[in-house]
Amino acid sequence: MISFQKVTKKYGKETALQDIDFTFEQGKIYGLVGANGSGKSTTLKMIAGLVQPTSGSVSVNGKKANRRIAADVSYLTELDMFYEGFTVLDMLHFSASQFQDLNMETAYELISYMALDKDKKIKELSKGNRGRLKLVISLSRKVPVLLLDEPFSGLDPMVRESIVKGLLHYIDFDRQTVIIATHEIAEIEPLLDDVVVINQGHFAAHFHVETLREQYGLSVVEWMRENINQL
Amino acid sequence: MSDDFKASRPIYMQIVDKIMQQIARQELKEGQKLPSVREMAIESGVNPNTIQRTYSELERMHIVETKRGQGTFITDKREVLEEVKKKLQFDIVDRFIANMKELGMSEEELITELTQHLNKRKEEKS
Repeated sequence: MISFQKVTKKYGKETALQDIDFTFEQGKIYGLVGANGSGKSTTLKMIAGLVQPTSGSVSVNGKKANRRIAADVSYLTELDMFYEGFTVLDMLHFSASQFQDLNMETAYELISYMALDKDKKIKELSKGNRGRLKLVISLSRKVPVLLLDEPFSGLDPMVRESIVKGLLHYIDFDRQTVIIATHEIAEIEPLLDDVVVINQGHFAAHFHVETLREQYGLSVVEWMRENINQL
Repeated sequence: MSDDFKASRPIYMQIVDKIMQQIARQELKEGQKLPSVREMAIESGVNPNTIQRTYSELERMHIVETKRGQGTFITDKREVLEEVKKKLQFDIVDRFIANMKELGMSEEELITELTQHLNKRKEEKS
């Protein structure tokens, strides 16, 4: 369970998040959607303990989210964070040295599932394969919280599909909480339990994806189109 | 992903529809085992909770049975499966009639139109 209590984050005079009270429940897959600069990345970074709130508190399973929360939270950044000279295998070993819960067996399985060459140097990997490698590392950890920041950005449909299938294959649905911040909501909508819409630093809406269809006959994208101006 | 879903209907019901069609086409036969929830989730690119709902709904309709520890199976009651096929046929005809009526056609007119259309197809084939 991830809990935000009266969380506000300011960068200088800019307010990134304002008065957030929210609980992400265990065992659910959340989509976090909103325009650029709405506060998606800040939200994830706070859960990962990389950014501290200006006021209020963020906790993960009762523990305060600081740098040590990395043991409970896997965070896939939208940036590339690899050492170029490493091979895929070097990267796995390095990651295993940083995260005690990284399961090498799962990692090997994922590497072949994603059709990555373990001996290839990272600088020789295509952008799509770097995206896959990031996911391999995230999913190889036995960790309660999985955060994915724009896992699909700039990747072609084939890679996106392999990422979605990889997620379905390897997420522990009963125990893991997954939060995916993305622009590509239409593509992953069938994967999600819930959606949280962020707008200008506020959690503007939260709903169960299937309920939206059942009650209003709308997909998330359609709902956003109809409501984004009123938020 | 692998499946496209319409926005106007819950995804779990769209997968129910799909399975019912597979039964009508006999791609799924009586007593056949369905993929596990996770396998089905991966295959359709859908949240496992959604698939779980699909299976529960099919169970409620008596189309599938879940056997403890073994998985989910299509019912072996042939009459239920016949019923599924009839229901799909009924729905299609029902929709057809509704659409034709929306075009302002009377029942007699739509029967004539349908007969003519079928005859024309027969001629084209021969």
